[in-house]
Amino acid sequence: METVPFWFACAGLLAFLVSVTLRTMMWLRMPIHVRWELYPVAHEGKRASYGGSYLEESEWWKKPREFSIWGEIRVMVPEILFLVALREHNRKLWYRSFPFHFGLYLITAGTVLMGGFALMGSQWESAEGFAGVLRMGIIVFGLAGLVLGLLGAAGLLHRRMTAPELKDFSAPADLFNLAVFVAVFSVALSGIVLLGVVEFFASLTGLIGQIVKLPFGHAEAQVPGIVGLSVVLMSLLLAYIPLTHMSHFIGKYFAYHSVRWNDAPNLKGSKQEKVIQEALGQPVSWSASHIAGDGKKNWVDVATTMPGEIKDR
Amino acid sequence: MFADFSRGDDCLFEINQKDQQPLPPPFDDIDEEPLFRRLTEEAKKKYVLLDDTIAVNIPKPETQEEEAQLVNSFLSGLRRLVSREDNWTFLEPLMISLEHCAKCQTCSEGCHIYEESGRHPYYRPSYRSEILRRIYFKYLKNSSTWVHGDIELNWKTVARLIELSYRCNLCRRCAQSCPIGVDNALLAREIRKVASQEMGIVPKELHDSGSMLQLKVGSSTGMNAIVARDNVEFIDEDTTDRTGIAVETPWDKEGADILLIHNAGEIMAWPENPGGFALLFSAAGLSWTMSSDLAAYDGINYGVWYDDFQFARTALLHLEAARKLKVKKIVIGECGHAHKALSVIADKVVTGDLNIPRESGINVLRDIVREGRVKFDKSRNDFPVTLHDPCNLVRLMGIVSPQREIIEAIVPKERFREMEPHGVENYCCGGGSGFAIMSGHNFAHWRHHVSGRRKLRQVLEAFQGEVMDMEHPKYVCAPCSNCKGQLRDIIAYYDAWERAGIYYGGLVELMVNAMVDAQPGYIDWEWH
Ligand code: SF4
Ligand code: SF4
Repeated sequence: METVPFWFACAGLLAFLVSVTLRTMMWLRMPIHVRWELYPVAHEGKRASYGGSYLEESEWWKKPREFSIWGEIRVMVPEILFLVALREHNRKLWYRSFPFHFGLYLITAGTVLMGGFALMGSQWESAEGFAGVLRMGIIVFGLAGLVLGLLGAAGLLHRRMTAPELKDFSAPADLFNLAVFVAVFSVALSGIVLLGVVEFFASLTGLIGQIVKLPFGHAEAQVPGIVGLSVVLMSLLLAYIPLTHMSHFIGKYFAYHSVRWNDAPNLKGSKQEKVIQEALGQPVSWSASHIAGDGKKNWVDVATTMPGEIKDR
Repeated sequence: MFADFSRGDDCLFEINQKDQQPLPPPFDDIDEEPLFRRLTEEAKKKYVLLDDTIAVNIPKPETQEEEAQLVNSFLSGLRRLVSREDNWTFLEPLMISLEHCAKCQTCSEGCHIYEESGRHPYYRPSYRSEILRRIYFKYLKNSSTWVHGDIELNWKTVARLIELSYRCNLCRRCAQSCPIGVDNALLAREIRKVASQEMGIVPKELHDSGSMLQLKVGSSTGMNAIVARDNVEFIDEDTTDRTGIAVETPWDKEGADILLIHNAGEIMAWPENPGGFALLFSAAGLSWTMSSDLAAYDGINYGVWYDDFQFARTALLHLEAARKLKVKKIVIGECGHAHKALSVIADKVVTGDLNIPRESGINVLRDIVREGRVKFDKSRNDFPVTLHDPCNLVRLMGIVSPQREIIEAIVPKERFREMEPHGVENYCCGGGSGFAIMSGHNFAHWRHHVSGRRKLRQVLEAFQGEVMDMEHPKYVCAPCSNCKGQLRDIIAYYDAWERAGIYYGGLVELMVNAMVDAQPGYIDWEWH
């Protein structure tokens, strides 16, 4: 019975990793698509500041393309950490969404620190030096993360239930998901209130330590009931997130890198040309009369003829 | 509001002018604005109704079979839309946008149609997307409505959704503000694709008298090659008369460096634009030609707004003409959607020797200025000028600075003022995605009162502080044929030339007007 939280945590983490991997692979396996970039494109170097592109260059195809990875990082990091687009365009929601997301990041960071602390082999009570800093980090990140997460989730839930433009568009699951976050964070915070913040994170660190050491030994984690309950709930949540639209943290990467910022030109003789040729060889079955796809004609056939009206050109 | 969408026979809502924000002076009295013309009773009886206007003309089904046909063909189109073979062109962006909306409504604040309608909830960018999303999850994926929300799918839902996909300019301003990267414009276009590619439902201006006419005759204007050449010859003569410089457009010149493709609407409606190009290209000593091959003298490609196959067919004709003439590159005249179609979207559709480089005409004009190949005298453009950024050219292609560099060289600094916002954050003219050429029923009124209102507001704001009358002419520079069409219509509708001295035109006109070697007065300030 004592090891239930431990196994839940292992299973939750595993389920999360498997789902995230599968979902990432799904996006990676998507066929090539036509260009649909949207400016500003962050890797355009100096031009990115006003939204310009290499297409502003005369005879751009004869010149080397500037690709600033630093430009991407400069946009991506603040976007991920501070939700810049939301802050700029929807401040009311940002006040709720930012603490929610930042809380999640802090909880994740705190958990990583717990793993690191355990791997160092330090004892919670006697940790000194770097281990002492980690211990402090665990407490601060963990506590701040839970508080911010709870405030954000509750704020989002309240707004979603009251603002007509959000309420009208919400499915029951959207409310349920936020309510689950509120519940899970509340349970964890009540654990902190009941046990004291140090004791709570000490036992949690012990349990996380068992997980990271799992490849090297067996599990013996025993934690107080309230910590166990928090761990079970968090683990269920972890497994659940990628199954919902909250997997947008994966989709967003592809939205930016594969669509918005994907301005790679198809140069003559490039690898891309081969992929495009294959795509153009696929069958078409759209059935409007000006296409008359029959599942046999391919894209090239359809694009170079007009059923009945214009003969083969 | 999702349940209502599938119910009732009437319009779901009407535009109430009282809900709209007044325009800046001298149009700030909303009671003095022209009245929005309502749909006729006859139209209301005959066609599927969504709001106060009709773009697509879907007849109300008369039998249950017809009703079922609408639903079934929509669903079969939706199946093809999510298939790797039938929709490889857009599958990934489509699925990202279908699966990841957080329903936060941030996109609404970016949309001029939503805002200028008086913030009508049915015009939220995410509303039509959410209907499509709910249909997809409920009827294709059999997912729980508890998770994805409910929608009833009947012929009204289908027909209204198609109609609603034509209440979006596809300007993608909303996509810029989405914190996740969801693209409601893309979803609107995908709905249009299902309607066209599977159901054969498209506004006739875009298909029958648009892309089809271009593929059959050579141009959506109806001009065949002989007529186009005659007209251009006439334009050359006129340009020669007006500027005092002999101009002759070369046709079908094999081995020229440049194949220049205009939107043929310019030849018909704004001849001073192709005339200006011919003059500047010749004066700069460029090696160039136009082509009289099928569709190659008309750069329009309406497929970008509704149909991937019509798009590909047209783009291939353009490229084929360039291959035949063995030119080094295609240069695209002042037409935003032609730019995006041929430069960006066609990029992933052509291979081998059809993969001929394409470049913006604005770059070429910028190089003419930069290299000093033609001399300009700014003082000839001594009037207030503002610049409209066509979405296709700017937000969707990143061509932002060349037009500004040109303006800096040909307009006195103190006479130029940017619209706010501008560049990649610009607002659509209101004619985007085909609207500029659509005027059935009272659709033009909808364009003027709703989709084009933000641009008129921006133009008026840009010129505040100037004397607003015809004696003090002001120039809205719009380097795009469709945008010019929309600006022409809205300026005429609000009488903004007579009441505020607001005139419009392209970029080359402004250049030729400042050309030292040309006789002054290329811009004639005559309302045509
Ligand atoms: S499209 Fe983007 S901005 Fe609009 S509601 Fe969805 S997530 Fe929010
Ligand atoms: S693409 Fe433009 S017109 Fe369409 S919903 Fe978005 S902002 Fe509005």
